[in-house]
Amino acid sequence: MSNAIAIATVDAAGRPIFHDAAGDHHPQNGTLFGFWLYLMSDCLIFGCLFATYGVLGRSYAAGPTGADLFDLPLVAINTAMLLLSSITYGFAMIAMQNKKVRAVQAWLAVTGLFGLAFIGLELYEFAHLIHQGAGPQRSAFLSSFFALVGTHGLHVTFGIVWLVVLMTQVGKFGLTAENRRRLLCLSMFWHFLDVIWIGVFTFVYLMGVLP
Amino acid sequence: MSQPSQAHAHATSHDDHAEHDDAPHSTLKGYVIGFVLSVILTAIPFWLVMDKVIASSGTTAFVILSFAVVQIFVHMIFFLHMNAKSEGGWNMLALIFTLVLLVIVLAGSLWVMYHMNTNMMPVHSEMSH
Repeated sequence: MSNAIAIATVDAAGRPIFHDAAGDHHPQNGTLFGFWLYLMSDCLIFGCLFATYGVLGRSYAAGPTGADLFDLPLVAINTAMLLLSSITYGFAMIAMQNKKVRAVQAWLAVTGLFGLAFIGLELYEFAHLIHQGAGPQRSAFLSSFFALVGTHGLHVTFGIVWLVVLMTQVGKFGLTAENRRRLLCLSMFWHFLDVIWIGVFTFVYLMGVLP
Repeated sequence: MSQPSQAHAHATSHDDHAEHDDAPHSTLKGYVIGFVLSVILTAIPFWLVMDKVIASSGTTAFVILSFAVVQIFVHMIFFLHMNAKSEGGWNMLALIFTLVLLVIVLAGSLWVMYHMNTNMMPVHSEMSH
């Protein structure tokens, strides 16, 4: 493999620049596959939180129940925000394939705004619950609810941070191979969070209000 | 809806590989189909619960969980571009392994804890006579 690397040029400071001429040191999808494995391990974390909620979700300790607390129209709007952000990220991916830097940034911005709307509504819901005295310390049901939904919200928050970082990267360096790879990883992360949310709105909210 | 077939035609260094474009191909059609299906599969469970369409809670729970499973498949296929061939099948293998673990964790926890609850909690009707 050593003959694949040769000093091709020297930069302004006199440091050598190495070029990987062969470009076959890694399997092509190494990063994407590794990121997929990370998502699968993340899936297990959520699986444990879902199991906790499944066990404790009806232990109200004489406190409020899901039917008392959950505001389904708000949850429906939240679900719509996340679903819309999924398809706008898809549009960013299509713009990336067509090598349109401005369109990628615009769609990423729209995705980020939908993500922020989601987080905003979730924080409003949490604040409202805590204000009503239905904070995580009220009952086992609410502890497991805040743990599960809060972990998902934290993931979305860091997804937005990552998204802003990538918008800056794309603005500065363009759609290089590295940035395309990063955008693909974030795409998987973002759609994965939407998949988790399907479980949350079904298992926690909708089933929570059933008598 | 242009197919990006020309996108990596010049990637000559990868010609010895069978699949020389590493990125999963996204198409507008795929995303729109996935989005429309997701909207339908989300709206129906919300409608079922909010309008109390089905009288039995158990039946409603079963139906909305089924919708959730179908929607997860829709997202996997149309948004995450999963298929049996991506990464030479390793993606799918990791997913199946994760699903097996999830089933064990979820079903095991619910089953064990349900029986712990029913068998170890003092039941009023038994104590009264």
